[in-house]
Order: sequence, then structure tokens, then C-alpha cells
Amino acid sequence: MIEPSPSSPANHATSEGTLEVRNLAKQFGRQHVLKDISLHVAGGEFLTLLGESGSGKTTLLRIIAGFEQPSIGEVWMGGSRLDLLPPYKRKVNTVFQNYALFPHLSVEENVAYGLRVTGTAAADIPGRVQDALGMVKMAEYAERRPAKLSGGQQQRVALARALVNRPQLLLLDEPLSALDANLRKQMQGELKSLQRELGITFLFVTHDQDEAMVLSDRIALLRNGELEQIASPREIYERPATVYAAEFIGQTNVIKAEIHGGRASCGALSWATELPDGAQLFSLRPESIRLASETRAKPGSVPFRASVVQQVFTGASELLELDCGGLLIRARIPTRGRITGEHEFSFLAGSAVPVNHTKAGS
Amino acid sequence: MHTRAYKLAVSIPPLLWVGVFLLIPYALMLLHSFWLVRDGILVHEWNLQNYAKLFSNRIYLEVLFRSIRIAASVTLLSLILGYPLAYYMSFQSGRRKELMYQLVIIPLWVSYLVRGYAWKTILGSEGVLNSFLQYFHITTEPVGFLLYSPFAVVLMLTHIYTPFVFLPLYASLEHIPRNLVEASHDLGASPRTTFFRVILPLSMPGLLAGATFAFLLSLGDFLAPILVGGPSSVMIANIVQNLFGSAYDWPLGAAISVCILLLTVSLLFLTERLEKRWSFT
Repeated sequence: MIEPSPSSPANHATSEGTLEVRNLAKQFGRQHVLKDISLHVAGGEFLTLLGESGSGKTTLLRIIAGFEQPSIGEVWMGGSRLDLLPPYKRKVNTVFQNYALFPHLSVEENVAYGLRVTGTAAADIPGRVQDALGMVKMAEYAERRPAKLSGGQQQRVALARALVNRPQLLLLDEPLSALDANLRKQMQGELKSLQRELGITFLFVTHDQDEAMVLSDRIALLRNGELEQIASPREIYERPATVYAAEFIGQTNVIKAEIHGGRASCGALSWATELPDGAQLFSLRPESIRLASETRAKPGSVPFRASVVQQVFTGASELLELDCGGLLIRARIPTRGRITGEHEFSFLAGSAVPVNHTKAGS
Repeated sequence: MHTRAYKLAVSIPPLLWVGVFLLIPYALMLLHSFWLVRDGILVHEWNLQNYAKLFSNRIYLEVLFRSIRIAASVTLLSLILGYPLAYYMSFQSGRRKELMYQLVIIPLWVSYLVRGYAWKTILGSEGVLNSFLQYFHITTEPVGFLLYSPFAVVLMLTHIYTPFVFLPLYASLEHIPRNLVEASHDLGASPRTTFFRVILPLSMPGLLAGATFAFLLSLGDFLAPILVGGPSSVMIANIVQNLFGSAYDWPLGAAISVCILLLTVSLLFLTERLEKRWSFT
């Protein structure tokens, strides 16, 4: 994860690029695609809308771009109302999922399109097109037709085309989903550094939680048209608001515990907690579980014995499935070679995070 | 792998068809155009008289140019009618699309002759249109130019060929990915600019195909002039028909046909080149 630092140049961005979505809802017929969404995106921020297909993330993006009208609610950008303007009057540009490059125009003409149709002085166009193509390292392909480019190259051209108008807000609709894994990693890095350099607000849609973690300043997790949680990747990972958020972002064990007199217990597991008595779900990340023989016992360490049911080698780590008195728990430990039979494991009491099925207060 | 015998068996019927019904007739037509008729008898004497007659007699060229004018008018009018319809149906009609499509197609099921006679009934001096005009005292006498005029021919052919223009146009508009239109709006182009810079260029293959249909089919039409055209709108196909029929001058008729064929083939060649230039997949 690339940590955003508050003093990075990106954060010099003015309030121009701030986006505010107020109580937005969208219905298609009887289907409620978005239900009362409110969110605030700071100028220069990289915010990711993360969710499964059907969560409403693309609809939200399309409403901000102007391709759909909200049923209820408002969208504001930099202090003025956005949702009343047609898409061609919004200072917002989009990188489309399948790039949507104009097949009848060359790379150069594709990038120049936004400048031509908005009446930019003809003398300025070639320079700005060159700059934009240079920025995405596509200058040498200026004469080509999109059909003669690879997916990754088309992606770069789409990015240059969307940035040439100098938008205050850039919308990206799963722009990397059509690329293979390696190229995708590379483009993620380039996107992130481009965003920092330009200081433009990025609103990025994806269903890929790893991508969201790597790129975002904050992640807005959508579920069935509702905002499940909005927080930094670190916070959403360490403090998931709900069971859904915990399971969607990274892997986790959801443990159903009973709290009695300051101790939570589930089967053979038992640890101290300050929560009141009653039933409570906890999220315990696989990597917070360690082999007791390889860690020094710390205060708050919760030891337990379990037998290894399955071991999957994943490169830097081993994914274990543990049977702890009938309770199946997944653990991720550093690579160490074959491990079988019963062993002593432990986790820190603080790493078992209480979670609920629904958001607090709803 | 298919055997040689199988390949031969499937390729012979189409080759035979093309040979017997296309190549041999074309060859015969070409031969006839270099022969002549003397004392009512066809003689196989090589000469270029027919072509000389064609280019020296002003009647033939005049009729040819009239045919081209009529065909061009029909093409233009069909495009003016067909394009907005195809555009509306493809981009705006939503759930009514299917129904509207059927409505456009239905006239194609009605015989050409029936539609010709229908226009006669509408345009004649005792026809629907003239009765209407007189009933409302817009005119006192029947308006003459409605029927038996080039106007009537253009009207009838436009009515017949507009669906032929519509179909390829509609198909090419339906093929335009909708996110291109969104991308254009997104980049700041108004719907009008988007039409001229994105939709129109991308519909060019359909437009060319439709225009070619309308132009070539109208150019070779001989029924519309007979049904609603009258003497002032004789077209080139009427002349050919006459030469092969009552005038019994096959060589001259063949010479005219060869010229029309050359015109048609070069036009097809040209539009195909253009269509290729305008397709980008």
C-alpha cells in the first residue's frame, strides 16, 4: 500500500475538485440501485468506489458523469451544483471501462477531440496533445488507429484523452479490468503517480479489493446500493465496520463469541474484552495468528492448540486451515515448510475486532 | 479435411449458375452491341455504329442524364427521409423499436405494382389529392403536374426505395457502441457536435450502401415511368425495353446496356472503396 502523506503535492489542490454527493438515490423502475448515498471527496483525493457487481458503484459514477439522472439527491462540485448540467458542460472527464476510443480517429485525433469540441485555440492543440501523449508514454503512436493498439496502449490513450481537458475530477470506470495481471500492476503504479503529479481528484470504480487497497486514499465500500463503510484502506482493513466489510476486504475469520464478565469465548478460544455481556461477532485476520513456537509470548497473547487440516503454499506465506476443537480457523504464517499435526498457536486479543452484521446505528 | 470430390461437388452448382445465367448473357450482350440490324434482320457484322449512334443522337444522352437526375433525386430524398428515421429508431425509440421496425418493413411486402397503382389513384386528375385540393377550394382545376411527370416518378421511387436506404443505415447506427456517444459528451461535445463528429462518420458505411441501393435501383427502373411517368419522364431502361421489343434493334439496346453496366460497375467499385475507408474494425 502506498501511504498518502498529508504534505504530498497532491494535497495542494484547491477546493475546485471537491465532490459532494448529498442523499443520492436512484431507481430503475422498481429496482432501487442506490439508496441514500452521501459522501464527500476532498480535492486531490483518490477515492475508490468498491463493490460487487450490482452494488451500484457504476451507477453512482454515471450519475456524477451525467449519463444518468439521480431520482433523488444532489451532486455538488467545487461549490456549484453538478447534477443539473448536461455531461458536456461538466468539468469532469471519464476513462471508460472498454476505453471507448473513437475508431475513426487516430490516437492524436482522439486526444485532440476534447480540445477541438470545446473551442480551444487551434494553435494550442498540438502542444497539449503532445504533452498528454507524452505523459502516458504514447507520443510515438500518435498516427495510429485505436484498432492497431494493444489493450494497455488503448488504456493509456483513453487516459490521455480524459486528462487533456484538464478536468478537476477524473472518473475511472474499472479501467484496468481488461488488462492482464502484470500490466495491471504496472498501470496501477503509473495511475497513482500520475494522480499525485496532477493533483486531480480521482474517483475510481473497481470490484477488485487489492486494486482498491493499493491505489486509494480512501475506499467507499458499496453494498446493494448502500454505503457500507468509507475509510482509508488501513482503517477499513483494521477496523471493518461490518462482517461484510471484513470479508470483502482481505480474508478473515468471523468468530461468534459469547461475552461473559469481561471475557469472550468461543470453543477453546478465550480472551479478555471490555465489551458488555452477550453474543458478539469478531473478525480475526488469518495473518494475526502465529505459531506460538515462533513468537515470544506478549501480554494479551491468546494461546490455543489446533491441528492443521490443510496447508496451501502461496509464495511468501502459507495459508493453513486449523481445526480448533471443531472450530475451523484460517491462519497465514510466513513460509516455513511442511507442517502437520497439532501445534500451539496464538493471536493478540486486540486483533480480534468486534464486527456487526449491519452498520452501527442502522 | 474435405475431399477433392466433395469440394468439386459443392462448387460446381454455383459456378454453373453464374456461368449460365450471368457470364454467358453478359458475353452475348457485349457481342450484340458490336453487330447490327439490316432490313429487319440481325447480321453478325462487326462495327461500332451502335456506340456512335448512342453518343451522336442527343435523345439517348438526354434520357440517360434524366435517368441519372431522377435516380440522384430519389437517393437524396430517401436519405433525407431515411436517416432521421433510422437515427430516431436507433437512439431514441426505446421499447417501441421492434414495432417501428416492423412498420418500416411492412411496405416491402406489398407488390411494387400495387404501390404504383396506388400512387396513380392518389395523384391522378380525378385522384385523391386533386379532389381534396378542389374540395377545400385550394385550387379550382385539377393540378396537372402531379401525375405523368418526373415529379411522380421521383415520388413513387422514393416511396419504394426509402426502406432500402433505411435498412443498412439502421444496421450501421445500431452497430455504433453507445459508450462512444457518451465519451463524446464527456469530452465536452454537444449532441449536435457528437452527431457530426462521431455518429455520422461511423454510419457512413450504411449510408453509402443505402445510397448505392437507391441510386442503382432507381437508375434501372422502367415501371415507374410507365405507370406514373408519362412521355416527359422516359428513362433509359424504357429505351432499352423498347429497342429489344417493338423497335427490334437489339444491337443498339445492347450497346446502351453495356454503357449502363459500366456505369453501375464503376459506381459499385467506387462505393466499395469508400465503404472500406470508412470501416474501422
